[in-house]
Amino acid sequence: MAEKISIDAEGLHYTPLNQQIRAAVAAGAKEIVLDNVNGQRFIGNGLRGKDVRITINGVPGGDLGMFMSGPTCIVHANAEHAPGNTMDAGTIYIHGNAGDAVAHSMRGGEVYVKGNIGYRGGIHMKEYQDKKPVLVVGGRTRAFLGEYMAGGLLIVLGRGYTCPVDERGIGTGIHGGEIFIRGEVPEKHLGIGATKKPFTEKERELIRPYIKKYCIEFGIDDPSLFEDEYVRIGPASARPFAGKYTWE
Amino acid sequence: MPIGSTPPKYRVRIDNDRCMLCEQCIENCPYGTFRKEGNKILVNSRACTGCHRCIAMCPRDAIDLEEKPVDYRSHPIWTREAREAIYNQARTGKIILAGMGNILEVPPIFDRLLLDACQVTNPSIDPLREPMELRTYIGKKPSKVEVATKPNGDIELLTHLAPNLKCETPIMIGHMSYGAISLNAQLSLARGAAAQGTFMGTGEGGLHKHLYPYQDHMIVQVASGRFGVDIDYLERGAAIEIKIGQGAKPGIGGHLPGEKVDESVSGTRMIPVSSDAISPAPHHDIYSIEDLAQLVRGLKEATEWKKPVFVKIAAVHNVAAIASGIARSSADAVVIDGFRGGTGAAPRVFRDHVGIPIEAAVAAVDEKLRHHGVRNEVSVIASGGIRDSADVTKTIALGADAVYIGTAALISLGCRVCGSCYRGLCPWGIATQRPDLVARLDPDIMWENVSNLINGWTLEIAELMGAAGINSIESLRGNRDRLRAYMLDENLMEVLDVKTVGAGA
Ligand code: SF4
Ligand code: SF4
Repeated sequence: MAEKISIDAEGLHYTPLNQQIRAAVAAGAKEIVLDNVNGQRFIGNGLRGKDVRITINGVPGGDLGMFMSGPTCIVHANAEHAPGNTMDAGTIYIHGNAGDAVAHSMRGGEVYVKGNIGYRGGIHMKEYQDKKPVLVVGGRTRAFLGEYMAGGLLIVLGRGYTCPVDERGIGTGIHGGEIFIRGEVPEKHLGIGATKKPFTEKERELIRPYIKKYCIEFGIDDPSLFEDEYVRIGPASARPFAGKYTWE
Repeated sequence: MPIGSTPPKYRVRIDNDRCMLCEQCIENCPYGTFRKEGNKILVNSRACTGCHRCIAMCPRDAIDLEEKPVDYRSHPIWTREAREAIYNQARTGKIILAGMGNILEVPPIFDRLLLDACQVTNPSIDPLREPMELRTYIGKKPSKVEVATKPNGDIELLTHLAPNLKCETPIMIGHMSYGAISLNAQLSLARGAAAQGTFMGTGEGGLHKHLYPYQDHMIVQVASGRFGVDIDYLERGAAIEIKIGQGAKPGIGGHLPGEKVDESVSGTRMIPVSSDAISPAPHHDIYSIEDLAQLVRGLKEATEWKKPVFVKIAAVHNVAAIASGIARSSADAVVIDGFRGGTGAAPRVFRDHVGIPIEAAVAAVDEKLRHHGVRNEVSVIASGGIRDSADVTKTIALGADAVYIGTAALISLGCRVCGSCYRGLCPWGIATQRPDLVARLDPDIMWENVSNLINGWTLEIAELMGAAGINSIESLRGNRDRLRAYMLDENLMEVLDVKTVGAGA
């Protein structure tokens, strides 16, 4: 099979679509282009293949790249809810906005959203050893961002907003990882267990490569993304629920 | 403000005439109850948790254990437990966590249900002589099958069958995670289950590589924390179970404290050493029955529709309607965990007061699924306080396909239901990660206990069925006519759909 293949997703149910994608990967395809995607859920679900690139022309349905382990998905449209759900490795680029629970419970890999996302972004992301999930959002997010976070990086570039997360529940119950927000973050929006920390050169260096990847993928040239101050939010303690219980 | 101490829970006494000073008790007790001074074993009774390890190991039967040696002034309302909980919370101001299952003093409904047997007019069946079919398939069954006759006369099945688990007995072992219990305990359970041709759950702790040899007999769990969940894990399991809730603590999340996350537990759960493992109360990608269907299908899609997917919920008031929603979500089995379900740790107030008994839940779910015509779409697995083969038989007669056992399986490994799992020092090597304690449980020996237990119960179920003139578990399932209620009220009998004792066929 050719290294590059196109699949016409017009009118296809997600199961046969995924079967075709799997078959292509098994046959050695490295570049897979899906045309006329229109709401098919679970694209790339559980798919392996480190050097596989899937270009998605059209709007994918929910749980894009769920449990995915390796491939890169590039969406030339908006995405529905939970792209990168419980993803293990790989990259998702969304040239648009995405719905709720983006990168839910993501364990590794990176998700880049050019525009805005919905509620519960990056909720319960977690890291282990070399697996460090990263979520970069170009615009703004809704409430409950990074709740229960147990690891990884969540970066909100806030392009076009002075207060890109203007809702409550940021980092409730966070016990690992960090959230970076470019713009104002009113204290009252922080959830229980989350606290602001100093943003130093060290952190600037930490997030720089991901901002760079964002700029390259989406063709954005804006030095302020690298130079501006970010609000750094992390856990007030690694044990947010300790101290609540006693034993019988 | 100091109230002084509450009375000791246990009193341990050594009979010095019998004691041979072998010091087994000192070695075996991880709580430091015993010490030797001069020619005598001395005892600190307050350290005792009632785990019986010393009693099991003393070669001279020299140890006496008394529970509640000091009485409170008796009072029917202000029980010892009520008073001690108040002392505790007056001191700490916190939520009380407790171990093992519900301790409410209400009789299990099981004990008020009686089984049937044949006499004269319908002959009983001798399982020794006649084949008894206890094999149970867990998963979707088609409502009808289409066949075609091939030119050579062979019959060909045209209907696509959904994947099912083939269990040689209706008894499976429920989910107890690595972290909550030791690897040796999991290994013993897995090997025992495999030997009996049945299955066990991994719990929300990932799958340790030492369990890979038994993976065809393991049901991998996906809970709200998604610990240890990757595509490799999902593909290894014989089935996948989404845990929504648990009978011991319906509606709340779970929490493995950082102290229990050692190197090995951390690797299996895929979280850093010593970090708290927090499972949120809901799955944050499931806020509706449609979202649940999305996760069920997501898991099936990831594993190419080769694995049955179960959904486990706690038995709560509206369990029947919820189960019916699950049945229509593409799930292959619904697991219902009753309010007597065990746990390593749960808030006491949840453990004892939230949820409903499994007996009523199973009957209600079975009735609802039949009413909606979807009973064949989904298997029903019941759990939560199943103590013996009679409980299993009654559960199936009330409408379940199979049961999960948890505490009973741990008891087969020596557990004494002391309820101190949370201390992490289980003297039987079960609920602990301390290497010297874990080493007390040798999986190469103990798997046989698990296997024996399941085998014994399975034989008993066959005898009970035979006595009732039933030779296939299918004919027992939902067969309420084989049950009679003894001293149950009319409303409950209606829910269970069971007649009173004395009522004829
Ligand atoms: S184990 Fe029994 S015999 Fe041995 S020292 Fe203890 S009480 Fe005495
Ligand atoms: S597992 Fe161990 S600590 Fe827990 S109740 Fe059983 S004997 Fe006690």
